[in-house]
Amino acid sequence: MARQFVLVGNGPASLAAAEAIRLCDAQAEITILGDEPHAFYSRPGLAYYLAGHIPQSQLYSRPDEEYRRIGVRRQTARAVGLQPLEHRVLLQDGRSLSYDSVLLAVGARAVRPKVTGIDLQGVVTLDTLEDARGIVAMARRARRAVVVGGGITALELAEGLAARGVETHYLLRRDRYWSNVLDPDESELVETRLEHEGIRLHHNTNLTEILGRRGRVVGVDLAPGGKIACDIVAVAVGIEPRIELAKAAGLQVRRGIVVDPHLAASADGVFAAGDVAEVLDPDTGEHVLDSLWWLAIEQGKAAGTNMAGARRAYRKGTPFNVTRVGGLTTTILGCVGQPTPDDDLIGIARGDSEAWRRQPDADSVEAGDDSSRLRVLVGRQHILGGVVMGDQRASRPLQDLISNRVDVTAVRDRLLSNREGLFPVIEETWASWKRGGRVL
Amino acid sequence: MLRQLLRRDAAVRRALVSAYVLPEAVRCVQCGLCSYNCPLGIDVRGHAVAGKAVVDDHCLTCGECVARCPRGVLRFESSSLFVPPEGGA
Repeated sequence: MARQFVLVGNGPASLAAAEAIRLCDAQAEITILGDEPHAFYSRPGLAYYLAGHIPQSQLYSRPDEEYRRIGVRRQTARAVGLQPLEHRVLLQDGRSLSYDSVLLAVGARAVRPKVTGIDLQGVVTLDTLEDARGIVAMARRARRAVVVGGGITALELAEGLAARGVETHYLLRRDRYWSNVLDPDESELVETRLEHEGIRLHHNTNLTEILGRRGRVVGVDLAPGGKIACDIVAVAVGIEPRIELAKAAGLQVRRGIVVDPHLAASADGVFAAGDVAEVLDPDTGEHVLDSLWWLAIEQGKAAGTNMAGARRAYRKGTPFNVTRVGGLTTTILGCVGQPTPDDDLIGIARGDSEAWRRQPDADSVEAGDDSSRLRVLVGRQHILGGVVMGDQRASRPLQDLISNRVDVTAVRDRLLSNREGLFPVIEETWASWKRGGRVL
Repeated sequence: MLRQLLRRDAAVRRALVSAYVLPEAVRCVQCGLCSYNCPLGIDVRGHAVAGKAVVDDHCLTCGECVARCPRGVLRFESSSLFVPPEGGA
């Protein structure tokens, strides 16, 4: 009899798991449950839809024919219960599905802070395609918006609204943007770019209350004082893994669903991957949260392989993301943390990693000009982290050197002295490693 | 001056026609900006998701997809396949 696999969540981790299971088991019956009435779409692409760079139709990157091609049944259904002993998933419509193995890849949702007025119409977050559609519709009529929060999502909201002609105010609780990941010069570069895009920044400013009339947003109250009249309040103060299903089923959860090195949760046949999973970081021995597209795919692939019966340990790779920050293409790799706290975010945002905030035992070397910045964290033997803003020539070399833990002892002094410029030494080091697997 | 400009433009074109677009799947978030901006409607994203080079007869190596990708997924890679023979066109 064919084995039954149920994958809860219709994101990159689930689809990668489905493909991995199919590779191992041609007969398996694989069902993906998604609670949105959409085929697979690119969630990171919502930022570009919001800014008007692509239409909605362009977001659907894996059409239903692809599900059929790999023999996966996609159902629009909300899972409301998990019975680990009976091996059953309960659905909101009263049905249930039995499984041999189940993957929980339900992602994370935006945190809604407890502030007066948070439930008013006009308060928006950016989680789903429906959220993005709603914001686009509101932006057609809105004159002014206020954005609160941090990380990449806050900027995507601010830049998206500004691009749609809405006067946009971005509130920062302290004196600079993303202060526990970016250094002061990097924050300044981003903020300058935002101002050029017409976004008005308010430093050291807290939102204390969202003001409403007849159920709709009409403004915000600020500390240390003042008000801004607005139609939209966009909130991006962080994300929280959707752990309710796992928690109610008695699985071990902390901030996310705790998984072992095989991505198995604490009940037989249950696995977790992607934003919802708390995964072991081999560098520290701690479990961490990430919200990164490629890590979700890798985890889905590993979970799927193990669900199908292989016993293959998953080793979490270097967390990295390449994205636009203030219109600048930016790569963030490894550990780049700053000692300054960031009050704009509770935890992490989308496209973010807890590991980035770690301050490595390393020396920081920087280079840059008005439009580009390069920061490299050089440890005793290895490069442990890097931020590349603007000019991206160092992005791939650094990704290889960091993720492959290339020994850079031979060029350490040259990197630290920064006399020859940072990029030429990185490029040369990378070329040397590619030629011979080590740096001479 | 004009001749110099034309010569440089010709050199760029020669370099481009002997290249193809190579994606790096680990960077791709499948947003579709590449395919949307391809003047010939090539499914660049499909190639990127699969990690396959855009070897398509219709590709002009115009660079729209490379320039517009917000994540640095795409780059030009030179190929001996399209290099004209010595002394050829």
